[in-house]
Order: sequence, then structure tokens, then C-alpha cells
Amino acid sequence: MKISIDEVTKIAHLARLEIDDAQKEKMADQLSHILKYIDKLKDVDVEGVRPSSGVSVMNNVLREDELKVSPGPDATLANAPQRDEDFYIVPGIVK
Amino acid sequence: MDFCELTIARAKKLLFDRQISSFELTTALLDRIEKYDDKIGAFITIDKDLALEQAKKADQNIADNKISGLTGVPIALKDLLCTRGIKTTCGSKMLDNFIPQYDGTVVSKLKENGAVIIGKTNMDEFAMGSSTENSAYKITTNPWNKAYVPGGSSGGSAAAVAAQFCCAALGTDTGGSIRQPASHCGVVGLKPTYGRVSRFGLVSYGSSLDQIGPITKDVTDAALLLNIISGNDTMDSTSARVDVPDFTTAFDQFGKGSLKGMTAGIPKEYLSVDGIDPEVEKVFKEAKKMLEDLGVDVKEISLPHTEYVVAAYYIIAPCEASSNLARFDGVRYGARATDCEDLMDMYKKTKSTGFGPEVQRRILIGTYALSAGYYDAYYGRASQVRTLIMEDFSNAFKTCDLILSPVAPAPAFKIGENMDDPLTMYLTDIFTLSANMAGVPGISVPAGYSSKGLPIGIQMMANRFDEMSLLRAGYGVEKTIQLDKKFPDL
Repeated sequence: MKISIDEVTKIAHLARLEIDDAQKEKMADQLSHILKYIDKLKDVDVEGVRPSSGVSVMNNVLREDELKVSPGPDATLANAPQRDEDFYIVPGIVK
Repeated sequence: MDFCELTIARAKKLLFDRQISSFELTTALLDRIEKYDDKIGAFITIDKDLALEQAKKADQNIADNKISGLTGVPIALKDLLCTRGIKTTCGSKMLDNFIPQYDGTVVSKLKENGAVIIGKTNMDEFAMGSSTENSAYKITTNPWNKAYVPGGSSGGSAAAVAAQFCCAALGTDTGGSIRQPASHCGVVGLKPTYGRVSRFGLVSYGSSLDQIGPITKDVTDAALLLNIISGNDTMDSTSARVDVPDFTTAFDQFGKGSLKGMTAGIPKEYLSVDGIDPEVEKVFKEAKKMLEDLGVDVKEISLPHTEYVVAAYYIIAPCEASSNLARFDGVRYGARATDCEDLMDMYKKTKSTGFGPEVQRRILIGTYALSAGYYDAYYGRASQVRTLIMEDFSNAFKTCDLILSPVAPAPAFKIGENMDDPLTMYLTDIFTLSANMAGVPGISVPAGYSSKGLPIGIQMMANRFDEMSLLRAGYGVEKTIQLDKKFPDL
């Protein structure tokens, strides 16, 4: 699978990454190289094989609904890049 | 007495017999770190005062006869394990200022058992890498030869143990990140069964693959540490509800022929992997002979889908990573880019400046593989291949207790050697990835050296929740082997 520069631009936007034009070409080459290797998965006969998303035994984990102490807004927001009292501040969303 | 060479078991004995104090031991290790870590680069964060304060508290507890499993024993932690009040960077600029508000479950367990947290170790950014060269902070060198990498992604933890900066360390393993650096640094590394150890408070990379485990100076210490960190945890829904045995009983009644009755398989597909270094092959054959002498029946087995493991892994892990790392958006914690026009601009600038190249590469692969039109061809198919890999392992463990293999195809490579070719780096993970894909435990035990004096380990894998067999056989290799030198001169 060959990845074009346009596709890199599209994927980067989906991933919310900004890649400059000089890097895009390199990234397109590297991704193409990696995906070409991954194409060997097409050789495997997977007809009727169920997919696995992991190995854990999925049981419902239930507990009593008890009151517990919350860390509180100060602890919760302690790492916020920008805050105003108990709120996170982000750049304007609506223009 | 040389404090720095103490294992957990030995340190515990001396501390509990009151022959040494934790303050003396911790001070000696901190002095050694100060003297040599400029050259090794094992640590990102050392909080000297905090470590000494914990040591004093441990000494007080020992004086009061309040002794737990690790009271006063200094342990290093990979810098993706959340430590309350201590910066946790994940080797990334994205988390340069991140101070967790809580301890991860393994950290709580260490603290409850009286351990002294001596520092946070360097790693490949977000655990993505096999050399620790992807850290945003520093290069970690291999203590055996500083021109070489220590392996990765838990390279800082493995180097810290090999350099005798701590009694032991914790690392994490998503595709070999405990076992491969342990092999390259000549120490013991154990990746437990998926679900054996709680992942709560571990910054996630590939959630269906990640597992926390010990990196130690010997196999006994791996069992001691595993005893403490294992167990069900309601904070991790994938944590297994299974009993935790006393892993140190694995070593009872050890002697000649004591591994009689055990069967080990060598996958024929592993022997035909391209590019196995002859020195790795030689060490592997010697270890195999050793196990046979101890009574293990060694035979050839087959893991038919070995050829597809790397390809399936390098779809599944980046898919999970692209999803997990979406949380670093500059809003709730971590870095935020400045001078942003709007929210979208803030997201993009934050992620592009906060993440390094390998992390961005894996996010892009994962995003591509999960995007509309490609999901079935990539993630869907890789998940089906994963089922086949898991079946290979369940079939193999019907006829053997252990699977033997090298850890990596070659000893540690030179710093900078593989940096421009991500695929070549990925291919070196061939022997370790399967254990994560199948969720089985694996151990790396030192088994020899290359002609350049670089350590070479061997890997053993066992069925799910059978860490006991790994520890028994690993102990066998450790007790039989005559290594000229256990630790490097720094």
C-alpha cells in the first residue's frame, strides 16, 4: 500500500496532528514502507476466524454503590494548563 | 560491605536483622547515582529528600517491628507509573509538568509494603521503542558499554538495575519492553500474564497488551516483587480474579534433576527467523543444554503463525495507541501550545509539539488503520490473526510447559544505528511480541555474553498464570550458569 502526501494530510487531520510539508514526504515514505510489510497479513486465511481484542476474561465487575470521598476540584484541576476557578479554560469554540 | 550490589532478598535480610539501615542503603545508592548517572542516564527524576524521608520512616518501622514485604528496600519505577506528587513524564514533553494526584495500584502496593521509591526511570516516549532513544529527555546508555543502547522501552529501569542504582525496578511490557532491555543489560525481566498485575495508574499505550512487571538482579527477586504487585484490583476491569500463589515457593527443593517432568518446546519457526546473530544462537543452545541437564525434556514444536506476528502487532498496538493518546489534547493536563487561534489549532499545535516523531508515526498508522474504509483490511484482519496466534499458543501448551527462544535476534546495537529505519527496529521484536498478543507470561534471564562483552538473555514463556514454571526454570538457568561477571564496571 502506497500512502500519498494527500493521504498523510488527511490522516494527520483526523489525528489532530500538524505535519509540515518537508516531513510529510518522509512520513509518506515511512508509512508506505511499514504498510507494505503489513500487507503480508493478506496471505493469512482468516475465513470464519473470530477477531480477538484481547485475552482477558470479560466478566461484569460489580460493586456496591457506596459514597466515597472525591478528590475535589483542586486536585482534579491541579494539572490543568489553564483554569478559572473550577473550570478548564480552552480557546474559543464558537466564532 | 558494598550496599549497591544488594538484591531485594539480601537487603531485606540485612535491614530486618538491623545490620544496616535503609537510610544508609538509600544514601549509598543516591551517591552512586550522583556519581555515575551522568554517563548512564537511567533516571528522569530523582527526589532525594523524598527518598531519604521514606528511608527514615522505614527505619522507624523496623525499629518498631512493623515490617512488611519491602520495608526500606529502594526500588526504581519506570516513568509511566503514576506517583502521587512526583512528576510522571512518560518520557514525553507532553507530560513535562504532569504531577499525578494519585498513585497507581502497583505504586500503592510498593508503598504499603514499605518500599523506598528512589526515582523515576527513563524510557522511550509513551513506551514506544526498543532502544530508549525515543525519550524526549535523554539517551540512556548500556552500562556494559556506553556506546550501545540498553534496549527499550524500559531501558532506564534495566540500566538502573544493571548499574546497581537500586535493588530492583518496575518496568512495563507491551511488546517486549521489560524482557528485551533486561536481556541487553544482563538482568532478569518478567512480563506477567495479562491481568495478573493491575494496570491502574499506568499511562496506557496498548491497553490489551500492556503489563507491569519486575526487572531485578536475580530470579528470586523477580518472585519477591511479583508477590507484591500481583492481584485483582477493582480499579482495573481487565485485572484477573485468580489466586496469587507465593511465587518464592518456585525455588523449593532445587537441585540436580529438579526440573524433571517439565517439557520445553522450541518453535521451529523461530529457528528460521532471518538474521539471528550467531552469538545469540550459541548462548541459546547452551541454555537449552543446561535445561536438559536439569531434567527438562526439550522438543521441537510449531507456532504456525509466527511469520505474521510483527505485522499484526504493528497494526493492533498503533490502533490502540492512537485511541489512547487522543486524551492528550491540552485541555485537562499536560502541555498546551501557546498562541493558538482556536480549539482545533490548539489541539494540532499541542499534539505536534508535545509528541516526538515515533509517537506521531504510530498515531498516524493507527489512525489510518482505523479510518473509514480501512478498518476491516487492517484492524479487523489483525484481530483475526491475533486469534490464530493465541490458538497457536494454546495448542503448544497442550504439549509443553515452557517455550524457549532468544529474547532478541542480536545483542544490543549501537546508539543511533537503527534510528532512521522504523521497520528494521520493529522486526527485532519478533520473539517478544507473541507473549503480549497471546497474553502469556515471559521471562528473560541472563545466559551469556557476546564477544564484545554485551549481555545476552534467553526467553521462556509459559501458559497463562503459570509464572511459577518460568521462575523455576529461570532459577535453574541462573544457578547452573557460570557467568564471569554479574555486573559491569561503570
